[in-house]
Amino acid sequence: MNAGVRVERAATVCFFLAMLAALGLAVTYWRGGQTQLEGLLLAVVTGGIGTGIILWAKHFMPNEEVTEAREPIASTEEDRAAFTADFEAGESTLRSRRLLLGSATGALVAFGVALLFPIRSLGPRPGRGLKRTAYAKGNVRVVQADGSPVKPADLSTDGVVTVWPEGHTDSADAPTLLIRTRADQDFTPQEGREDWTVENIVAYSKLCTHVGCPVGLYQAEQGLLLCPCHQSTFNVLDGARPVFGPAARSLPQLPLAVDDDGYLIATADFSGPVGPGFWDRDR
Amino acid sequence: MLSRRLARWIDDRLGSAQFARTVLNKVFPDHWSFMIGELALYCFVILVLTGIYLTFFFDASPDITTYHGSYEPLRGVEMSQAYRSSLELSFDVRAGLVMRQMHHWAALLFLASIVVHLGRVFFTGAFRRPREINWIIGVTLLVLAMFNGFAGYSLLDDQLSGTGLRIAYSIALSIPLIGTWITSLLFGGEFPGPDIIQRLFVIHILLIPAAIAVLLTIHLAIVVRHKHTQFPGTGRTEENVVGTRMWPTYAAKATGLFFLVTAVVAFLGGIFQINPIWVYGPFDPAEVSSASQPDWYMGWLEGALRIMPGWEIRAFGFEIPNPFFPGVLLAGLTFTLLYVWPFLEARVSGDHRVHHLVDRPRQRPVRTAMGVATLAFYLVLFLGGASDVLAETFGLSVNAVIWGFRVLVVVLPIVSGWSAYRLCKELSARDGVPTGSRVTWREIPGRVLRGSADATSTDA
Repeated sequence: MNAGVRVERAATVCFFLAMLAALGLAVTYWRGGQTQLEGLLLAVVTGGIGTGIILWAKHFMPNEEVTEAREPIASTEEDRAAFTADFEAGESTLRSRRLLLGSATGALVAFGVALLFPIRSLGPRPGRGLKRTAYAKGNVRVVQADGSPVKPADLSTDGVVTVWPEGHTDSADAPTLLIRTRADQDFTPQEGREDWTVENIVAYSKLCTHVGCPVGLYQAEQGLLLCPCHQSTFNVLDGARPVFGPAARSLPQLPLAVDDDGYLIATADFSGPVGPGFWDRDR
Repeated sequence: MLSRRLARWIDDRLGSAQFARTVLNKVFPDHWSFMIGELALYCFVILVLTGIYLTFFFDASPDITTYHGSYEPLRGVEMSQAYRSSLELSFDVRAGLVMRQMHHWAALLFLASIVVHLGRVFFTGAFRRPREINWIIGVTLLVLAMFNGFAGYSLLDDQLSGTGLRIAYSIALSIPLIGTWITSLLFGGEFPGPDIIQRLFVIHILLIPAAIAVLLTIHLAIVVRHKHTQFPGTGRTEENVVGTRMWPTYAAKATGLFFLVTAVVAFLGGIFQINPIWVYGPFDPAEVSSASQPDWYMGWLEGALRIMPGWEIRAFGFEIPNPFFPGVLLAGLTFTLLYVWPFLEARVSGDHRVHHLVDRPRQRPVRTAMGVATLAFYLVLFLGGASDVLAETFGLSVNAVIWGFRVLVVVLPIVSGWSAYRLCKELSARDGVPTGSRVTWREIPGRVLRGSADATSTDA
C-alpha cells in the first residue's frame, strides 16, 4: 500500500468519524442533552472534517511555489493629477468660495452639535445623589438585610454586622459595617466624632473608597478592614484610615446613637461621600 | 458541469470573473506565524455563531424575579431577569451550556490570538510603510475586542460580573470633570443604575460586533491590496511575493483550520467549565467574594489597580481619584503608544522606506528590546491581578506580594529589555554579521535563509 492510498484512507476515516459523531450529537441532544458529551462530539465532528480536509489539501492538491511580482502601491503621477483635476471640477466657477464653504461647514457643525443633545436623555444629571445616602434625613434606625433593627447587645466583641438605613436595604450606596472593637483596643475617635460610637460599636461605610467594592474582611486582632478586591486596608481603630493598598481615603464614618427602644440609630449621614472618588467630591 | 454553468450565469450578471481570479490567485507566503491572525478571524466567526444562539434565550433585563428553574441551590432566590435567563440557558436549554461555554472560550482565544498576532507584526516590523493604516485598524480591533469581551461577561449579572461593572463604573467616575456625567449617562444614574445591562447588551451584540465586522473586512481587503509581507530568503525581494496560491490548496487548508479551531473551542466548551455563574450567585452590591479576577485580557488593568500605591491628587477642592491613574491614564497611554508606534519608529530611525520584507527580531535589537520590556511590564501587571491568589498559594502576606510586584514592575522591564537587546546582538553576531555595541536602529542584515523550495524551513 503506497503512501498516497494510506493518506486517502486516513482522510476518509476522518470524514466517517465526523459523520458518526454528528449522529451521536443528534442522539445526545434528542435524549435530553449532556454538556460534556455535546462538546466532545462536536469536537470530533469538526476535528474530523478539519483533519480530513487538511490531509486532502496537503497530499492531493497542487503545492507549487509561485512568485508574484509586486506592483508599486502608489498611483502614477498622471493618475494623481487626473484625480485632483476631477475632484476639483467646478470649483473655479464659484465666486465667493470662502463664504459658501464657510457657511456650509458651519451648518454641518451646527447639525452635528444639535445631534449631540439627545445623548442627554440617557441619564439624569449627576447631582447630590453621589454625596448623600438614605441616612441623610437623620435619626434613622439601622437594620440588617432582613429588615430587623439592631441592639448594641446583638454584637459580641469583634462582631461585624452589615446594616442599612431602615426601609432602604436595597440601597447600593448605604451598606454599613457595625464593628464592636475590644475594650482593651486603643480606639482613637477622630476629632469631633467623640460621641459617634455606642458601647465600642463603630460604624463605617462598607464601600471601599478605592473603587467601591464592599470591604468585607475584618482582622479583629489588629483592628484592620481589608477589601478583597484590591487589598486596600483600613485601620478601624483610627478612623478607618487607609494603611495599605491603593485606597487613598478613610472610610466615611456614621454617627451612631441609641433610640428610646434601645435600638441603634444613625443620627446623621456619613462623614463624607461614600465609595469611589470623583472630581467634585469635596465641593 | 453545473459549477461552470453557475459561474457563467453569475459572470453574465456581475462580470466577476476577473476579480474572482485575482482572489483565487492571491499568493500566501508559507510561514506558521502568518496563521495567527487567521485564528482570530475563525474565533470571531465562532463567537458570532454561538452568540446568535445565546441571544435567543438571554433576557437583558434588571427586573427582579424569583428563580424556579432546575438548579436546586438557587430556587426561591430573588434575582434579575438577566441572571435568571443566564441560569436557564445554562441548565434548562438543551445545548445552552455548551454554547455559552464555547462562546466564552472562543472570546478568550480571540483575544489571545489577536495579541499574539500583534506581537508577530510588531517584532517583525510588518507595520512599516505602507502598512501603517492596517496597524491602526488592527489596534482598534484589539480595543474593540477587549471592550466587547468585558461587556459580554458583564451582562450576566452574577456576583463576579457585578463586581467588575462596579470597578468599571468607578474607573469611569474617576475621570476629571466629566466622570460623573459619563457614568450617569451610561448607567442611567448612580451605580448600579437601571439601564446598564440593557445598554451593554446592545453594545455587545450589535454596535461592537458590527464595527469589528466592518474593520475586519477592511483589514483583510488591505492585506489583499498590499499583498503579504515575507521573510527574506533566496528569490524573495521587495518586488515580489513568493508562496502558494489561494486556490485550491491554501483555501482548503484554511477551511480545515477553521474546523480545527472549532474543534478546540468545542472541546474546551464541553469539558472545561468556564464562568460558573451559579456558584457566584446573583449580584448583591453589599457582597463580594475574594479572588475576584476578570478574564485574562483585563488582568493587566486589575493588576495595575492593585499595584498602584494609595496616591491621589486633591487641590482647590477638586480631586483626581486614585483609579484614574492605573485605570484611565495607563490604559490611554498603552493604546496611544500602540497607535503611534509605526510613526514613532519611522521618525526615530529615519527609515521611511517601503518594506515588504519583514525583519527577524534579532535584526532590530532596539525594537525587540522595547517590545520585550513592554511585554514584561504587562506580564507583571497581569500577575499582580492575582496577588491575593498568589499570596494564598505561596503562603505569603498579601502586602509582601504587592510590594514584590511594585518592585518587579520597574525592574523586570529594564532587565528583560536589556537582556533582549544583548541577546539580539549576540545572535546576529553568531549569524556572522559584526555589529557595533552602540544602540543602533540601523538594520543588521540577517543571514540569508536557504532553501526556498520548501519555504517552511525559514527559521525566524
